[in-house]
Amino acid sequence: MTEDLVVRAEGLRKRFGSTQALDGVDLSMRRGTVLGVLGPNGAGKTTAVRVLATLLRPDEGRAFVAGIDVLKNPRQVRRKIGLTGQYASVDEDLTGVQNLVLIGRLLDLSGRDARRRADELLEWFDLSEAARRPAKTYSGGMRRRLDLAASLVGQPEVIFLDEPTTGLDPAKREDMWGVVRTQVASGASVLLTTQYLEEADALADEIVVVNHGRVIAHDTPDGLKRKVGGQTLRVRPADPARLPDVLRLLDVVAAPGTAAGLDETAGSRPGAASVPVSSDEALDKLIPALRADGVEVTELALHLPSLDEVFHALTGRVRTEELV
Amino acid sequence: MTAIAMHSAALAKRSLIKTMRTPEALIDVTIQPVIFLLLFTYLFGGAISGDRHEYLQLLLPGMLAQSLAMGGVALGQNLNADIEKGVFDRFRSLPISRAAPLVGAVCADVVRYLSVCVSLLLFGTIMGFRVETGFLPALGAVALSIGFGLCFCWISVWVGMMVRTSGAVQGIMFLLVLPLTFGSPVFVPTDTLPGWLQAFVAVNPITPLVKAIRGLLVGGPVAGPLGTTLLWMAGLLVVFVPLALRAYSRRA
Repeated sequence: MTEDLVVRAEGLRKRFGSTQALDGVDLSMRRGTVLGVLGPNGAGKTTAVRVLATLLRPDEGRAFVAGIDVLKNPRQVRRKIGLTGQYASVDEDLTGVQNLVLIGRLLDLSGRDARRRADELLEWFDLSEAARRPAKTYSGGMRRRLDLAASLVGQPEVIFLDEPTTGLDPAKREDMWGVVRTQVASGASVLLTTQYLEEADALADEIVVVNHGRVIAHDTPDGLKRKVGGQTLRVRPADPARLPDVLRLLDVVAAPGTAAGLDETAGSRPGAASVPVSSDEALDKLIPALRADGVEVTELALHLPSLDEVFHALTGRVRTEELV
Repeated sequence: MTAIAMHSAALAKRSLIKTMRTPEALIDVTIQPVIFLLLFTYLFGGAISGDRHEYLQLLLPGMLAQSLAMGGVALGQNLNADIEKGVFDRFRSLPISRAAPLVGAVCADVVRYLSVCVSLLLFGTIMGFRVETGFLPALGAVALSIGFGLCFCWISVWVGMMVRTSGAVQGIMFLLVLPLTFGSPVFVPTDTLPGWLQAFVAVNPITPLVKAIRGLLVGGPVAGPLGTTLLWMAGLLVVFVPLALRAYSRRA
């Protein structure tokens, strides 16, 4: 079991000044799978990746990548990993080829092999035509692809992708997903952080939800949905000013251990609230309560949870902050 | 050991490509020293020395020292910008020595220091400067200037690792370089200076450097100031290379 874990971290803690970025993070990723690390901005996702990729020493805790101790043998870990940071870390003054050849040379490939690998990757990432142009002339999507290509030069066993699709349009995002799937198909293991629940759902075999430097859930996408409860109740008051009342009433019918929050399902208009419920009796309780409070609604629906709702239920979103 | 040399060479090549692609970044090591040379020779030369040619003979070796001390400022700024952009994150996730990116960047800076020497000597000659010693001592002066630049720039590298913005690197480095280069025999004979300033000139590392370069280009004692300069260079390396490397490793 243990040798099957290509990433294993125990009790990682890291503090920056007054911010506890990691507050006892445990992570595990099985070989040949995609682990999605999901969390809002500032949850500690990037810090965790930087620790695993040997860029940052944790204050406490242990981590192993490909079976190697990250703290004791960082140099050996670096032979096994590829990292694509949150902002594309390609060199803008260098051409696509020059960027990749440089990485190849730093990985001890001969000049010729580095060149061959660069051409191969550029073709694969559909950058052959732009290969001889400085990277500063590339579009955002092209830079991301070049950046990802750079992290694959050494054919790493473990690939860390820190928000690989942030800022990309939906079509480019799906291209990137294709690349990740291809890597996994060819035997790599991928740990990716994302703010997009849709992305984690589409790519990840398992999902770790991180908030305030802690792992608050680790499960398969389906398992997470099941864990939070069968169904979700969504209510949209006719008058948005009544949202606080709706939230209060929804809390009463919430499934144990969950709380109502503003509905942020992708594509839906703001102004609705939702709550996980354990059975449809919740609907029977809610309708009279809404009537008694004189809250008129334009939408009231019971449906299976999306990952959004799972996530928000788990992170216990602070409602007051969002209402202000 | 060979690995770090190869990695540094690959990274030095990267810096050189960047330099080639942005020739305007060479202004501070080509046009700027020449402008200083013109300014001081024609504006102050007569007043300070009475004779412009005589002043130029003293000024040009000093200008070499000053321009080399300033030449490293851009390096710290560039490295700082690289770190901010995340380019160095990639290098740090590779199985290479932590020193390689810094050593590579410093090595590539030789091109800039050579530019300083070539433009000053070329324009100086057009303005009437004459080497009074010989080819080999002149070559020695160029080598010493570049060597000093390579040691002095580690201060800039260290500052580049420590501060948050590349603008701050420039601010801090100018705060250091301007007193060092003006509080020295670069521009004026120091015997008219007040005593406390003369004391500063006496311990200033730029002072023996200027004297050594003058000796090598226009004649005068060389051995003494050269020895002191080499000691300073060794001292700069011993102190600032480890500081820079440590700051680089620590920078998250």
